[in-house]
Amino acid sequence: MILAENDILGWVSYGVLIILSLSLAIATVRLIRGPSLSDRVIALDLIAFITVGFIATFAIYSGKHALMDAATVLALVAFLGTTAFARYIQNARKESTKD
Amino acid sequence: MPISHIIASVALIAGAFFTLVAAIGVVRLPDILMRMHASTKAGTLGTGFILLAVAVTTPDFGVITRAIATILFLVVTAPVAAHLIGRASYQNGNKLWKNTIVDELQDHIDKSKK
Repeated sequence: MILAENDILGWVSYGVLIILSLSLAIATVRLIRGPSLSDRVIALDLIAFITVGFIATFAIYSGKHALMDAATVLALVAFLGTTAFARYIQNARKESTKD
Repeated sequence: MPISHIIASVALIAGAFFTLVAAIGVVRLPDILMRMHASTKAGTLGTGFILLAVAVTTPDFGVITRAIATILFLVVTAPVAAHLIGRASYQNGNKLWKNTIVDELQDHIDKSKK
């Protein structure tokens, strides 16, 4: 479905894309600054969430609903990434206490 | 204009608002558990609302199913991921906020050592 001109959904999704970009920029501040590795992992997790929302909003805006596949896959991969980082943080602590 | 577009617009605005709150919370809150609280809850809610908007606007049954499956998956996995990160970070010795009143996990660890 392609949005008609002057459809409210077109304007709203355009504005939502701008707000999501802003959120992405704000979350990146924590990714760069974050004092510990865990803070950075949380920021990455949030960035993945925001990107899923961004792809979904763009699917509405452009009318290409096939993009939802990409959003689903990104949600799956983001969970795996976060879990792997959590295991890494735990194992790193065990290694450092062995010495 | 179809009514589904109005519902989707409201859901999109709500989703964008919650996502923005999550991003601001991740930057402004003082310690890691609070940041996780912002990113997990508000982030899941915001993304869930946006995916709901997709499900409302399309007539295609496959896309609706995918959107709802993604919402369910996010709701199931986000707390699990946050719990894993929080536990690993606590065991790693990350300090809580200086004004924290109660730290029940530390009490529990002390008790099990005795």
